[in-house]
Amino acid sequence: MGLPRFSILATTEEAAPAKRAEDKVSDTFLQKLKGFSSDDLFEFLATSIGSLVLVILIVTSVVLTRGSLAVFGKFGFGFLTGTDWNTSLGSESYGALPYILGTLVTAGIAISVGILISLGIAIFLSEMAPSFLRSPLSQVIELLAAVPSVIYGFWGLFVFRFWVRDYLETPLSTYLGWIPAFHGTATGYDILTAGLVLSIMIIPTVSSVSKETMMAVPSSQREAAYSIGATRWEVVKLGVLRYGRSGIFGAAILGLGRAVGETMAVTMVIGGTPGPYVLPTSLLKGGVTLSSLIATEFGDATGIHLSAPFGLGIVLFLFALVINVFARLMVWRVFKVTGGIVE
Amino acid sequence: MIPLASILFEVVRNGATALSVQFLTGTPALVTLPTGNAALAGGIAVSIEGTLVLMGLTAVIAVPIGLLAGVYLAEFGDNRFGRSIRFLNDVLSEFPSIVIGILVYSILVVGLRVGFSAFAGGVALSIIMLPIVTRTTEESIKLVPRSVRDAAMALGIRKWRATISVVLSTARSGVVTGALLSVARISGESAPLLLTIGTSSYFLSGLNQQVDALPVRIFLLSSENYVSGAQQQGWGAALILIVLVLCLNLAVRIATRGKYGAVRSRI
Repeated sequence: MGLPRFSILATTEEAAPAKRAEDKVSDTFLQKLKGFSSDDLFEFLATSIGSLVLVILIVTSVVLTRGSLAVFGKFGFGFLTGTDWNTSLGSESYGALPYILGTLVTAGIAISVGILISLGIAIFLSEMAPSFLRSPLSQVIELLAAVPSVIYGFWGLFVFRFWVRDYLETPLSTYLGWIPAFHGTATGYDILTAGLVLSIMIIPTVSSVSKETMMAVPSSQREAAYSIGATRWEVVKLGVLRYGRSGIFGAAILGLGRAVGETMAVTMVIGGTPGPYVLPTSLLKGGVTLSSLIATEFGDATGIHLSAPFGLGIVLFLFALVINVFARLMVWRVFKVTGGIVE
Repeated sequence: MIPLASILFEVVRNGATALSVQFLTGTPALVTLPTGNAALAGGIAVSIEGTLVLMGLTAVIAVPIGLLAGVYLAEFGDNRFGRSIRFLNDVLSEFPSIVIGILVYSILVVGLRVGFSAFAGGVALSIIMLPIVTRTTEESIKLVPRSVRDAAMALGIRKWRATISVVLSTARSGVVTGALLSVARISGESAPLLLTIGTSSYFLSGLNQQVDALPVRIFLLSSENYVSGAQQQGWGAALILIVLVLCLNLAVRIATRGKYGAVRSRI
């Protein structure tokens, strides 16, 4: 609880929208002379509220930066490359590398498995499904998105984990155990399970955005492919997938963003404790991700121990920012080119 | 399909055995078994109450703000600044919720010394819900035909009057759909609540008090390996949460079948 109060923040918070609105008002200075109408007030109010998003993002980055100053001040870039996580007073040492890698590996598993299933669903829904199936099926996928993540975690911990352990990990470690990635005992309480739970969780996002992309592909593309004698699969491959590739890529990146930020389900099934040991050298090992460590470390930490989760937070913030900005740009570009059918 | 079916099946099967009047109305209690081990008894009424309070609080904070922000994007957002706001809004809506938790923890819980409380939790959830309500409102307003707006303006009323009484009320059902679906979505959020609401075994006495919420309770129960009854209570709590979320979703979806596809795709 030893954080300083944020006196600077208070001014930023009010200054940003107010300044914007002043610009607007001075544009209409002549009108203002005639009398400040209620419409101007309305526009001013709406604009300030609309700018709140900008304020939230700015304040978040300021808070994370200030909070993590202590840990970056003490360890510098070593915080990003170190592997220790020692919280005992006097010999404190913090390094975020195992958790950065843990996040990347789980999200990587999630996206590589998730994209295959999602593309299958999207191709089926947009190209093949009879119309009476299309709507109910999309509804079910949307419901999958509505299930709270903590329930995925609970189910992952008490049901799915044992499937993974018995049908996937046991054969993997028995027959492919000589590959470092599959080295270890099959417990189901590890990085692989976390990645697979994540892959299920991102299916709704990835499949619905790719479906919309595919449906936005003009039918002339498909007809052209048919006219040169393409089979059904070749039509999908040449006409649809290739034409919509940047949208599908964007969908995958959006899914990646979800997987990187997801906290609860991962925390519940990944089963590692912070320290050098959780460097993700094998998929059958317990791991820790940035978000899961933030969730468990915040409890009653003080001083530099409290600053460490802020450091993790800023890494996560930057990941999420880059991934989401990139994904949005990709998806937007497709819909701009094809006439924005998603709206 | 298989995961959804399995989740629903397991939650209903295991959750049903936990259900009882005491479970639904009681406060958490720890009893000592004859063997000397601790076991969880009692109910999760406190968590149910907490979740409902948080949902209400969040709706009260986020819906008006989101409504106005949506109006801004739809009515005044067709310029460079508006487009960047729309872009940032989309980015924020996909943001890791735990980061929002850190934000509210720093500013409200310790910064302004509000402490762990229902209020802090509500603010955190509002920040998560805001971008969703904003976009669904904007999409709903865009569905209002130009002619309706023109007709209102032709009466000679002010633009704000036309927007609120004519455009928004025409878009009403879309806006309500968006708001309800986003409340359903945030009701299952747990990561930001871990950093903002604290925990409680008693019924709420004020918004500045610590509260309990179903998702957080489920998480805590899942890590109680040595207390018997914890897992069963977790399934029971999961059942209640999933019924709450899915009922809200299904009701809205059935009521607006075939309409507001654009609105729904924003959730």
